Amino acid sequence: MSAADFAIEAGSAAARRHAPRRTTGVAPLIGALCIGVMAIMLFPLIMCFSASIKTAQEASAVPPHYWPGALSIENYLKVFHYQAGLPVYLGNSFAVAALTIALCLGLGTPAAYGLARFPVPAKELVFLVLLSGLMIPYQALLTPLYIMAASLGLANTYLGLAIVHTVVQLPFSIYLLRNSFEETPRELEEAGVIDGCNSVQLLRWIFLPAAAPAIVTVTLFAFITSWNEFLAALIFMNKETAFTVPIMLVGVRQGHFGAIDWGALQAGVVVSILPCLAIYLLLQRYYVSGFLSGAIK
Amino acid sequence: MRTRSGTVGLLYATPALIFVGAFVLYPLVQLFLTSLTNASLLGGSDYIGWRNYLRAYRDETFWHALIFTCKYTLIITPILMILGYALALLTLGAARLGKLTRAVVFLPVVIGLGSSSFLWFWLFDEQVGLINKLLQDLHVIGQPIVWFVDANLGLWAVIISIVWKVVGFGMILFIAALQSINAEINEAALIDGASYWRRIAHIALPLTSRTILLTTLVSAIGSMLAFDQFYIMTAGGPESQTFTSLYWIYQNSFIYFKQGYGATLSVILMAIILIGSALQLLLMRRGGRT
Repeated sequence: MSAADFAIEAGSAAARRHAPRRTTGVAPLIGALCIGVMAIMLFPLIMCFSASIKTAQEASAVPPHYWPGALSIENYLKVFHYQAGLPVYLGNSFAVAALTIALCLGLGTPAAYGLARFPVPAKELVFLVLLSGLMIPYQALLTPLYIMAASLGLANTYLGLAIVHTVVQLPFSIYLLRNSFEETPRELEEAGVIDGCNSVQLLRWIFLPAAAPAIVTVTLFAFITSWNEFLAALIFMNKETAFTVPIMLVGVRQGHFGAIDWGALQAGVVVSILPCLAIYLLLQRYYVSGFLSGAIK
Repeated sequence: MRTRSGTVGLLYATPALIFVGAFVLYPLVQLFLTSLTNASLLGGSDYIGWRNYLRAYRDETFWHALIFTCKYTLIITPILMILGYALALLTLGAARLGKLTRAVVFLPVVIGLGSSSFLWFWLFDEQVGLINKLLQDLHVIGQPIVWFVDANLGLWAVIISIVWKVVGFGMILFIAALQSINAEINEAALIDGASYWRRIAHIALPLTSRTILLTTLVSAIGSMLAFDQFYIMTAGGPESQTFTSLYWIYQNSFIYFKQGYGATLSVILMAIILIGSALQLLLMRRGGRT
């Protein structure tokens, strides 16, 4: 089945007939299992949120309690005022993510278009070179990339880290966009040609609108990859004002005088999770479809 | 047609090709060249031939880290695959509730590995953590467990956190594979009176075997590159026992500033990973693009 249909198909009668189904009355057992699984999966997230709205003292209480005795935004205030301030760290994360998105789309769209719609010589070889980032783990390249960044004056800059995140995300972007451009009906393209479009105009007026879902998916994934990436951010952003949100959490945990500030840490975790959660809940269809077409196949 | 020339197409791909050349292939060559030097991030670099490789061969911590990483991968991969498949079957078996369960199980896949590791680091803390509290409330344990002073307990704490974080990954891929099985095959088996478990064993498993294999590979490669979860939860301790390969590379390159040696270890790790990804690519090609 086509991956893009997953979210819709998943619940439809057609899809359910495909799945191996049980024949007789084990439904209560399955229901109970589902509820148990959900409870286990949600427990950490709910407890994390619960800890974040405790008072700082209660969040560090031994033994701990599940639920807050009194509600407090103390922990969030602490994270807000942590060192350079939460707005700075959020700003850093958003800026790096925005640049990563721009690079993935800016480089990936034309490349995918060229490969999908032109008789490029040695096409599959070019494609393979562009996907080489899939074979080579970016983690291994961090030392040379760090030295390049330092010599180009890109250490502790948004662009420096965004380049690494693009190395990670560009192969997926090109792969997805190429598939999408290839699926665009020939008739649409021919209509454009008759109207006198050149290849740039065809891309702009015919192919980009047709590939809109793929572009949304590429954007989503570039954002989530960049927002969550840890190791490169740890290495490239070593100045306190340049930290992204995950690296800020390393600092928040250290706290003052060696004692871990548990409440602030969990408040920080909640803040770092929220954008991803929002994307997942609002754009689940794009997310799951991209996930299915990109992860394997 | 004028606009349909190969040169134009190549022109469109040029910016991306330059990017990949500059930031993937060139660093790759640099990495290899650096691995033959004693370069330090503090400055200075001399060619020393294969001495770093010999040193890696004798580096006990590196071997320990490599074996530890393999152990982690060998334990967690089957857990993830079996649980993922079980969850796929479970959620396909229940209509409404199944969809909701699916969405909930997949949720942690979206959040950052760093965030989830900080979350679980707290849950497993021996004093303020809720895992001990929960286990005590359920009378599973009497005294709080100190998870991170023991390498094995620490490993299991990390494994539990990662299973929670990524089990939805396999599940969603298995669901898609199971749904793509032709309905007629199942119906024919039903008419023949094949039981649920027989249909799983003789229809579902064989027909999704390619997905299972690919997911196993992708998952195992990811585990072989584990860093965040150990950096955050165990910090390599106790006594360097929970260093993963990548963590030891990071430690050498960026904490000890031994960039040349770190590059050597990177080359070795990459060679190991490459075997896995080559296999993956081969399988992907064979399956054909859709």
